[in-house]
Amino acid sequence: MSGPTALELAAAVRSGQRTAREVVQASLDAIAARDGEIHAFNTVTVEQALAAADRIDATVAAGRDPGPLAGVPVALKDNLCTRGVATTCSSKILDGWQPPYDATVVTRLVEAGAVVVGKTNLDEFAMGSSTENSAFGPTRNPHDPTRVPGGSSGGSAAAVAAGFVPLSLGSDTGGSIRQPAALCGVVGVKPTYGRVSRYGLVAFASSLDQIGPFAATVADAAACYDAIAGWDRFDSTSIAEPLEPTTEALGRGVAGLRVGVVAEMTGEQMGIAPDVLARVRAAADALAAAGAVVDEVSVPAAVYGLSAYYLIAPAEASSNLARFDGVRFGLRVDAPTTAEMQRATRTAGFGPEVKRRIMLGTYALSAGYYDAYYGQALKVRRLILRDFDAAYERFDVLLSPTSPTTAFELGAKTADPMTMYLNDVCTIPSNLVGHPALSVPYGTGVDGLPVGVQVMGPALSEAMLFQVADVLEGSLA
Amino acid sequence: MPARISRDDVAHVARLALLELTEDELERYTEQLGAVLDHATDVEALDLSDVEPLSHPLPVRNVFREDVPGEALDRQEVLGQAPAAEDGRFRVPAILGEEP
Repeated sequence: MSGPTALELAAAVRSGQRTAREVVQASLDAIAARDGEIHAFNTVTVEQALAAADRIDATVAAGRDPGPLAGVPVALKDNLCTRGVATTCSSKILDGWQPPYDATVVTRLVEAGAVVVGKTNLDEFAMGSSTENSAFGPTRNPHDPTRVPGGSSGGSAAAVAAGFVPLSLGSDTGGSIRQPAALCGVVGVKPTYGRVSRYGLVAFASSLDQIGPFAATVADAAACYDAIAGWDRFDSTSIAEPLEPTTEALGRGVAGLRVGVVAEMTGEQMGIAPDVLARVRAAADALAAAGAVVDEVSVPAAVYGLSAYYLIAPAEASSNLARFDGVRFGLRVDAPTTAEMQRATRTAGFGPEVKRRIMLGTYALSAGYYDAYYGQALKVRRLILRDFDAAYERFDVLLSPTSPTTAFELGAKTADPMTMYLNDVCTIPSNLVGHPALSVPYGTGVDGLPVGVQVMGPALSEAMLFQVADVLEGSLA
Repeated sequence: MPARISRDDVAHVARLALLELTEDELERYTEQLGAVLDHATDVEALDLSDVEPLSHPLPVRNVFREDVPGEALDRQEVLGQAPAAEDGRFRVPAILGEEP
């Protein structure tokens, strides 16, 4: 499964050693050979990809700079807008829609020389943890096709794990990049809220959503992050703070770095599997051996994260998804009046999980329940932020499992929504406080399937997170 | 603590959210939403009267720009994505004279 890295491919294309066309064709061939089984992609943009590759090759031939990711095939989660290319959110309600503009991250990747080869499957509107809530059928885990790839960015994680592309983008609202990265054995990064523009990301929960990369290696993930991060005038929540290229942080090591292992995420109460915990302990030991100062730390309010999240995220979603009403884009189910048309369209267009969350959010925001649910959840959010701030007075980064278990069987958790929601127990707190976090593969569980370790840091600490992940990656070699 | 979400509550929020539910769905969603809200009792039980709510991770303020015309999306391209359009506008079925 391990082909050349994105940085190796870009170097070969930039030096003229390989053509972008041949690199992109190899990616398309790999997809054609195995995606029938994996279903990582909703759409493969063969013609556009080859045409874009030819433009890169012409740039190289003309002696101009083709960009740091020249010729690198990338896959985009299908909730990122691509002009003139179907963007479905894996929902029937966006049937036939082709956005009239590109998401900022897409523009930036293309400017960096990357070549988009397609759009990847997700849980409908990014609501889920297994990619089974897709209107187009589930994605399968390349390590074991009877298992889920995680979610909601399961297609993007699987596309990298299967070797279809070296880089892909996902979105992470409560763990939707990190959890599938862990289950598929790849690196997945949720940047600081506001670090990457959300312009052109179909909104799920606007105060939590963040776009980030998947890659097979830490260096590739850092290079992709560097390409997409930074202020954008089209996103009023984007951060203006200057960026330090994170790729330069790699190789600095962790000597003297203070690493806190989060007690609440490594004890009994969050239901973490023993074999996953063993890998987190092994990661902590590896960092200590590399010179880090490792100790346990408590983030007490983190245990309330799950409850707060499942009030806040549905509340924001119920508002964001009001725009899908058959008027301006996508599906319309005809009816004599507009109100009937809107009801019929939404009833036919949304799947069960999306309806569940819209109703939960509508309820949490409704008169009489607002203070008890939504208002209380926002206060918990503050408590969690205070606890993280206190932890970061004593520690530079925090360590935990990414997911409580390795990849589970398809269908194992679909009957009971609450069981599925528990997958996000370790990843949700970072979204609630807007801090960056990443998942880096760290060996396997008793079933031989990948385990991911989560590295968390305070706002804008991405370079440090990559630095720690780089040491962990190196300690396995 | 609010009472457990009822079938009528679910029917009410479904109406507000412009969703139609079958009897079976109503039954199932009442059960499932109840289970999620039961989990949230840990949060409801906390005394947070002196805690400021945090609605957003960043100390964000409104961002303004000069009110001057800039680039905009192409009208034809945007309307071309609509289920129905006419005379440069989105077309919808009857609005006036319907039940509220």
